[in-house]
Amino acid sequence: MSLDRKLAILSDAARYDASCASSGTTRRDSRDGKGLGSTEGSGICHAYAPDGRCISLLKILMTNFCIYDCAYCVNRVSSNVPRARFSVDEVVQLTLEFYRRNYIEGLFLSSGVVRNSDETMGDMVRIAQRLREEEHFRGYIHLKTIPDASPDLIAQAGLHADRLSINVELPTDRAVQAFAPEKNPVTIRAAMGNVKTHRAASKDRSRTGKRPPKFAPAGQSTQMIVGADGATDATILTRSTGLYADYNLRRVYYSAFSPIPDSTAKLPLIKPPLMREHRLYQADWLMRFYGFNVDEITSTAQDGNLDLAIDPKLAWALANRDHFPLDVNRASRELLLRVPGFGTKSVGRILTTRRHRTLRYDDLLRLGASMKKAQAFITCADWTPGALTDSEGLRARFAPPPEQLSLF
Amino acid sequence: MLTVPLPRIGTWDAWRDAARACIAARIPPEDILWNYDDGAGELFATALPPPIVRGTVKVPADFVDMARWVVWHSDPQRFARLYAMLWRLRLDKGVMADRADPDLAKLRQLEKAVHRCKHKMRAFVRFRDLRTGGPRRSFAAWFEPTHHTLEPNAPFFARRFADMDWMIVTPDVTADFKDGTLTFHPGQTKPDLPDDATEELWGTYFKNIFNPARLKVKAMTSEMPRKYWKNMPEAQHIPDMIANAEARVRDMAMAAPTLAPARVARIREQLQDTPQPASWNLLTAGLHDCTRCPLHGPATQVVPGTGPQNAPLMIVGEQPGDAEDLAGMPFVGPAGQLFDQLAQQAGLDRRQAYVTNAVKHFKYEQRGKRRIHQNPDTPEIEHCRFWVETEIRLVKPRLILAMGGTAAESLTGSRKDLLKRRGKVEDTPHGPVFLTVHPSYLLRLPSHLKPDAQDAFVNDLRAVVAKLAA
Repeated sequence: MSLDRKLAILSDAARYDASCASSGTTRRDSRDGKGLGSTEGSGICHAYAPDGRCISLLKILMTNFCIYDCAYCVNRVSSNVPRARFSVDEVVQLTLEFYRRNYIEGLFLSSGVVRNSDETMGDMVRIAQRLREEEHFRGYIHLKTIPDASPDLIAQAGLHADRLSINVELPTDRAVQAFAPEKNPVTIRAAMGNVKTHRAASKDRSRTGKRPPKFAPAGQSTQMIVGADGATDATILTRSTGLYADYNLRRVYYSAFSPIPDSTAKLPLIKPPLMREHRLYQADWLMRFYGFNVDEITSTAQDGNLDLAIDPKLAWALANRDHFPLDVNRASRELLLRVPGFGTKSVGRILTTRRHRTLRYDDLLRLGASMKKAQAFITCADWTPGALTDSEGLRARFAPPPEQLSLF
Repeated sequence: MLTVPLPRIGTWDAWRDAARACIAARIPPEDILWNYDDGAGELFATALPPPIVRGTVKVPADFVDMARWVVWHSDPQRFARLYAMLWRLRLDKGVMADRADPDLAKLRQLEKAVHRCKHKMRAFVRFRDLRTGGPRRSFAAWFEPTHHTLEPNAPFFARRFADMDWMIVTPDVTADFKDGTLTFHPGQTKPDLPDDATEELWGTYFKNIFNPARLKVKAMTSEMPRKYWKNMPEAQHIPDMIANAEARVRDMAMAAPTLAPARVARIREQLQDTPQPASWNLLTAGLHDCTRCPLHGPATQVVPGTGPQNAPLMIVGEQPGDAEDLAGMPFVGPAGQLFDQLAQQAGLDRRQAYVTNAVKHFKYEQRGKRRIHQNPDTPEIEHCRFWVETEIRLVKPRLILAMGGTAAESLTGSRKDLLKRRGKVEDTPHGPVFLTVHPSYLLRLPSHLKPDAQDAFVNDLRAVVAKLAA
């Protein structure tokens, strides 16, 4: 099989993984002239596909042969998709040649499970090791770890990779058991705990002040599929709060269940709205950067699901209008962060600028606040929303206009 | 009127030096004409050169960081705007903190545009292999940035592609990196670069990583505007990918489920575990799938007991803590470490005992990023007693050491008056149970009470050792 054909099959098989981050790892460069590559804090998206997703890493599977039969997965054993397998050398060469042409930031390697978990994981570790030790590659490496693999292999993987990830797959244990019968939610959690412990240990200096080698410096992340089982947004968000706290995850990715070629009869091809995925990410951000907790966000959710028409912060503000309008010149940071239309950056700018003078409406526009949303919820030197804050039609100003159903 | 010539290459240094001299000479903004790349022509050639003035001018660091980028913008007014801001800063150092000041807001907007242009260049430059055959590989790229960002951006490429020679050509400036040295030359027209076979592979990757079931063209074009497409080899595939997406999704939905390939049966057979004969294995398997009480949900994993399977002593604690939950081993957290230390004093070797907990899952309350320990309640203890009893049946210990109220409740049915009952053996259906306090109780005591309490605990452990020896 030609390299081109293999690449086609194995990137096709990898496209359902949402993670693409190449940021947040240690700073490295190749100025010594011996190696190739650099990482400088922020990641770079080298291209965008028409699905709106960024292409930052070469995201491929080592092989799409798999002995598991997970209903949502295109690579499950019972599917008739074409199969292929890369050699270690092919993955290494593809990564380096793409990198040299500035197509990618690094490699995101995942794999189907062949024969047994340790053998598959061992091959993946070998690829990372060769890139680092023989080719002196200093770009980004993300390895998808296989939960059942031995802890030794995971320990080795963490020494070469910037990020490790293990997918929890579905929001509830019951759904994992139903749709991924060979996978064990307990093993998945234990593997994440294992990575967390390794990372904590790699930060302890020894008595002499020596640092142990870095372990997955860009942390670990996970992904769950949204819309394949019946879990509500409230269940999903509660689960991800737990994941962030329990395993110090950098990111939880939500991936709207997407129709796959050769699907199984067990899981019909319902296409959940992509907006649902977007709202979950917005809620996730509110919990991590805006001081919201999961109960506040889900309190506005009807039957446990977030409002698709308006964003969760606006939904919360509309349901809690007694907190508004806020005086921009006096309100605390925590409260300003709750104003729809104010982001963390504009709040920071408001706080520094109001030390010098009283803020007016036009000032807020120049600070980068989205006043179309914010104006109903704030007062400032020359602006008061009057009855707008409590007006009944406020939601309708933001929600898309209702569509008349077609008669035919 | 003073005319300051600014070159295309080295614009920043030239502007900074000139601005420094002008501000030191107190020349107001309206008296300076910034002549970038001789754009003003002959008309002003007779104007005065900038004066040479010695001494330093102090400027907020924020301003320098901003100006360093703004000078590369394509706006012809940028130098004048920067100098006007510099002129204001002379009298009012606070302007830089006022994010809503209209002049500063405009400069920040220019800065942001340059940063975006810089970032897009880092992302969208595409090198082609020149295959020159020397000891270092050699690559070149043609790029058309919106602003003059190649010069400030070239060090990034030098840090990243240090082991190869490369050249980036723009209409404005050419950056050339050869044998580790970076030089700048005047811009050129689009060079004729040789074909590169790897571009085909990259196109294959681009076409196949795309998921036709989620078409979001606007999200793509907002991050990868069309103006960049003509120099990106993968962009030629985009129109076809968009046009065929809908049909591909329809085909997926229409396709009837297929029969599984023949190898599936064989693989399933291999995956079938042989039934486990020994009850120890049943215990482990059963524990891992245990859903008798709700505690299995939030916890990471079940924490089974450890130790010799025929140990004369069985030690029962309360429940796993944060550390135990992550490690999957009992008594490895702070209380476990204290226990090890005190057991050593009492001459009790923990490795000779089977160590387990009355409740096998960690019960906690989430507070922010921390997991705060919570006591298990009676129904939870009741459910988990099934497993403690199984362990006792398998280990058949001569003595059980129950530490703390939860273990006492699980094994004797009551946690009342533990401090009065401690240090004694009670007969139970499970055999003799020796009661004492839990080591975490010792950790929580105020420090003046600790030494006595620890001594009492060590005495209890000594009594256990004596009973086992008898």
